[in-house]
Amino acid sequence: MIDIIIGHYNYWIVILLMMAGFYTVINRGNLIKKIAGLNIFQTSVFLLYISIGYVNEGTTPIIAEGFTRYANPLPHVLILTAIVVGVSTTALGLALVVRIKKAYGTIEEDEIHDKDMSL
Amino acid sequence: MIEQNLCLLLVVIPLIAAPVTAMLPAGRSPWLFTLVITWLCFAMSIWQLTMVLDGSTISYELGGWAPPWGIEYHIDALNAFVALIVSGIAAITLPYALRTVEREIQLQETSLFYAVFLLCLVGLLGIAQTGDVFNLFVFLEISSLSSYVLIAMGKRRRALTAAYQYLIMGSIGATFLLIGIGLIYAETGTLNMQDLHQRLQPILEHRTVHTGFVFMVVGIALKLALFPLHLWLPNAYKYSPSAISVFLSATATKVAVYIMLRIVFTVFSTSFLRITHTEFIFLILGAFGVVFASIAAIVQYDLKRILAYSSIAQISYMVLGMGFASTLGITATVVHVFNHALMKGALFMAAGAIVYRVGSSRFENIYGIGRQMPWTFAAIFVSGLSLIGIPGTAGFISKWYFMLAALEQQAWLIALVILLGSLLSVVYMWKIFEALFFRRSACTAAPVAEAPLSLLVPMWILVLANIYFGINTELTVGVAETAVRLLGVTAYHE
Repeated sequence: MIDIIIGHYNYWIVILLMMAGFYTVINRGNLIKKIAGLNIFQTSVFLLYISIGYVNEGTTPIIAEGFTRYANPLPHVLILTAIVVGVSTTALGLALVVRIKKAYGTIEEDEIHDKDMSL
Repeated sequence: MIEQNLCLLLVVIPLIAAPVTAMLPAGRSPWLFTLVITWLCFAMSIWQLTMVLDGSTISYELGGWAPPWGIEYHIDALNAFVALIVSGIAAITLPYALRTVEREIQLQETSLFYAVFLLCLVGLLGIAQTGDVFNLFVFLEISSLSSYVLIAMGKRRRALTAAYQYLIMGSIGATFLLIGIGLIYAETGTLNMQDLHQRLQPILEHRTVHTGFVFMVVGIALKLALFPLHLWLPNAYKYSPSAISVFLSATATKVAVYIMLRIVFTVFSTSFLRITHTEFIFLILGAFGVVFASIAAIVQYDLKRILAYSSIAQISYMVLGMGFASTLGITATVVHVFNHALMKGALFMAAGAIVYRVGSSRFENIYGIGRQMPWTFAAIFVSGLSLIGIPGTAGFISKWYFMLAALEQQAWLIALVILLGSLLSVVYMWKIFEALFFRRSACTAAPVAEAPLSLLVPMWILVLANIYFGINTELTVGVAETAVRLLGVTAYHE
């Protein structure tokens, strides 16, 4: 039991972050907070990838004398790409929020909904 | 030289063209340049399809890294067919885009608009070409991010909220796909689809593999707007610029259907589908989707929203086809991907033409418009018949195959749902016909002219294609059968 909790601590952190982010996206009505939640959600996945790339007692994957076990560099490279995707999603999302603020004068979801319905 | 690198050029040419377009001066030059590029892509995808039509495959190693280490483009009949649909719809949308974009997009934004359009094309073509799951995720995000931008360029302010909603749901979907890919990678240590298939077979009962599968399927289901994850779609199609409604409705969700086929049948396998009973989930969600979305379409009072809900219903048909997990079922899905692109492309073009003349697609503003725009109305009428599935139109062919697949498995309930879906589509199409033709227009409304030729010609090419592919099924069914054979799907047997 202890083994499952301690031995997989990276997964627990990932799950915790993932759910916190996901909950924020669903629950918050503020458009900026939703983007923040989305960010936390995506970051948890980055952490998942990076932690599964680690090999027990492995070192940085640079060939050098005296080292035989290396961490797997591929997930880390993949996540660099995914981070770029995440950054562009955030940038685009925030740009949309700026435009929504200009068009509606608010960034609260329910107020935007009311303004659309009142037309 | 060109032939060897064709499958890469198809992605690289629009990718390089996009920043060039962004730098061109605003006006007609970005449009002309994009037109040339999309037609070039269309020609290349036809060429590519002829190379793999006999059931052969092309393997292209990016950067000379042999698979499974490097990224591989693995082209078979299905890839080439989807690339053909995407580039074909792009090529036909561009002539249509000229006048509508001039009306709907501010002049100084036109170069950026066409640049983003090309990026969206890159993403969709890339998804169709790649044989690497992570590369697929990257292309999916390229196409999704650019489609959020394109939708947000709609004239009304609700386009912004529609794009925002799509962005949130689309990103969640993509992240789910990413989690799935990560888990599968942790199990197998590879990202190449063919290699994944090999390595997954002995470990199909591992819990991690199942979890990864679920994450991937749910993520893709969000992107393809599978009921009940469809909430982003109606507003996104309604408020986007006309040309973008046409392009996205005919390609984006179809490409997502293709991703689902690839992941489920190439990466995993039909037997995995059976072990996990995913086929029942597909059948149930598909059946509910057909009925629910068709009823939702009936209660709308807006031309574009009816078409959007009808899209969700038609996508549910494709998912039904996957649920059959048989040669006939998947053939029906692949054929319907093509046919639905034709009919929805034509219908959204007609809706866009009405918006071009009237400025709205709400019913109270377009009563009786069909009599003033006879050619546009005739286009809606013929492609509407195709959507319903009247014999002699493309829609009939795919409905016929869905029916055959259902009868083959003696799934009477599903067969009933397929019929019911067609009946419900008669109701909502009739509602459109009635509003456009039989209702008297408000006497205050100014009479409008027929849509300009640059809108009518692309629209009618798609309408005639609906009839042509309803009579000559050699290309669609032939390609679909080859593709299904390569997917490793077998005929149904008890």
